[in-house]
Amino acid sequence: MPRLVSHPDEVKIVTRRFGQGAAEIDKYIELGGYESAKKCLAQGSDWIINEMKASGLRGRGGAGFSTGMKWSFVPIHSAKPKYVLVNGDESEPGTCKDHLIFLHDPHAVIEGTIIAGLAIGAKVGFIYLRGEYRYLLEIMEKAVADAYARGFLGKKIFGSDTEFQIITQTGAGAYEVGEESALMESVEGKRGVPRIKPPFPAVVGLYGGPTIINNAETIATVPHVIAMGAAAYAAVGSERNGGTRLFSISGHVERPGVYELPMSYNLKKMIYEVAGGVRGGRGLKAVVPGGSSTPVLLPEEIDIGMDFDQVGKAGSMLGSGGVIVIDDQTCIVEFALRTISFYQHESCGWCIPCREGTDWLKKSLTRVHAGFGATKDIDNIQYIAENMLGRTFCPLGDAAAMPILGFVKKFRKEFEEHLDGKACPFVEHVDLAVI
Amino acid sequence: MSSETMSVFSPRLAARLDALTAKYPVRRSALVPMLLYAQDEAGYLSDTVIIEVADRIGITELEVRNVASYYSMLRFKPAGKYNIQVCTNISCMLRGGNEIYERFQDELGIGHKGVTADGVFSLEEVECIGACCWAPAIQVNYEFHDELTPEQVPAILAGYRGKETAHA
Repeated sequence: MPRLVSHPDEVKIVTRRFGQGAAEIDKYIELGGYESAKKCLAQGSDWIINEMKASGLRGRGGAGFSTGMKWSFVPIHSAKPKYVLVNGDESEPGTCKDHLIFLHDPHAVIEGTIIAGLAIGAKVGFIYLRGEYRYLLEIMEKAVADAYARGFLGKKIFGSDTEFQIITQTGAGAYEVGEESALMESVEGKRGVPRIKPPFPAVVGLYGGPTIINNAETIATVPHVIAMGAAAYAAVGSERNGGTRLFSISGHVERPGVYELPMSYNLKKMIYEVAGGVRGGRGLKAVVPGGSSTPVLLPEEIDIGMDFDQVGKAGSMLGSGGVIVIDDQTCIVEFALRTISFYQHESCGWCIPCREGTDWLKKSLTRVHAGFGATKDIDNIQYIAENMLGRTFCPLGDAAAMPILGFVKKFRKEFEEHLDGKACPFVEHVDLAVI
Repeated sequence: MSSETMSVFSPRLAARLDALTAKYPVRRSALVPMLLYAQDEAGYLSDTVIIEVADRIGITELEVRNVASYYSMLRFKPAGKYNIQVCTNISCMLRGGNEIYERFQDELGIGHKGVTADGVFSLEEVECIGACCWAPAIQVNYEFHDELTPEQVPAILAGYRGKETAHA
């Protein structure tokens, strides 16, 4: 069972039922569960969307788009059925927050899905979990069955004339399926190859019907926004960045864990106070602030608030909220190589810049790390990465190129120290057999 | 097809797969879960498994193979009874994931996607499994083991070997 952590600076909204047995429906109800869905059923679609807009809640998957705005794009009248699709594919390295949501508060995901369905007039919601999360899928499936048994889901939810069904779905191992159009392909029983946009999912989505796709954390936040009121939720964060965020802090810190902190919480404080600082009293070398795809920050760049705007201004992204802390004994070239190896493995091969780019970046970085690189390899790495940006259907190409560009630009000297047969200064034995 | 008489799966799984096809607005949405559940029982996606899945969904075998080859958890060759998946992605790497992986290699005498001679264990180096804050982490089949040290590896293996002997 994954360890829960706590810190006095946390503002527990989404995590407030964690560790209290709320996976059981009676406990969830006792802790105020399903009251938000009932309220939304009474208030109707326009009210819900306005509340969501006013809350300042922005998508927790990474793009940070306003949830209320996203919902408002769905046409009221549609010839095809509308759908809500919850993205629990959680696969961005450094991110494990949805893991805890499914484990500790599955009914919050169900309740948020119902509310999203009421907002856009959908009768069916899908909750998609990555295939590796089988034990969490079983928890979700039990929770869904319990909600049906209580009449919270079905033909007449909460005794009304409104219908809402929830279908759980499992993946089978694919990072790329976390991209919304690839996710829809996967739900439809296909390879998770992304679709070109437009049309956007709000117009043509799952099975061709208008669809909203939200991250599991976003959806689990929705009932809390309704319960505490949009204004109160917005007030927790900062302007344009409402509420809290679940930060997965991993890597070289004393107390790794998932912490719920107000949006715009200072990154430096997050590392040194909340997570206990760098492990073993070592120095800080770098921080990847929002999951593996976000460009690295240097120690002098981390005195910033963790929200979509401030991290963007610092030249990176808030992304999935996965803060990866790297100490001064780590080889950045090796870290970059492991990062690109992941993207090379996960590229579906549909778009050539991504398929070829990730492969060549991996080859070049392997060579540099092994001490066989030349200066032109470093230039080439930069050139390849720059030419991947913005040239693929889905963001996987960018997700692979952006962090590599960051490593090369900010740690060029360390790359150069690996050139001309020099052994990696950090790793005792570089495996030459890989070349 | 009449799953009771012709299925290559156990009656329990066949019933589960019947329910699965009825669950979705479009039948084909059952494909990926069906492949995974079938693999859980059969061990891998053999020709006979693929033929039955294609038949149940109402698509060609080629279409099934086309989809199955996309997903990293689906396999076309047998794995060990306990498939050990060691994450060496960045968060796990920073906390010793590579050392965990090496220890498993040493203990089992197999490498990436290898299977032990007795068929009890197989080993895989995998990408992020969503346990970054509890790194280094592994999965044995679907079971997570968090915050590991290389020293714990023999005990983990012994635990699964014990299960195996208990069943035998």
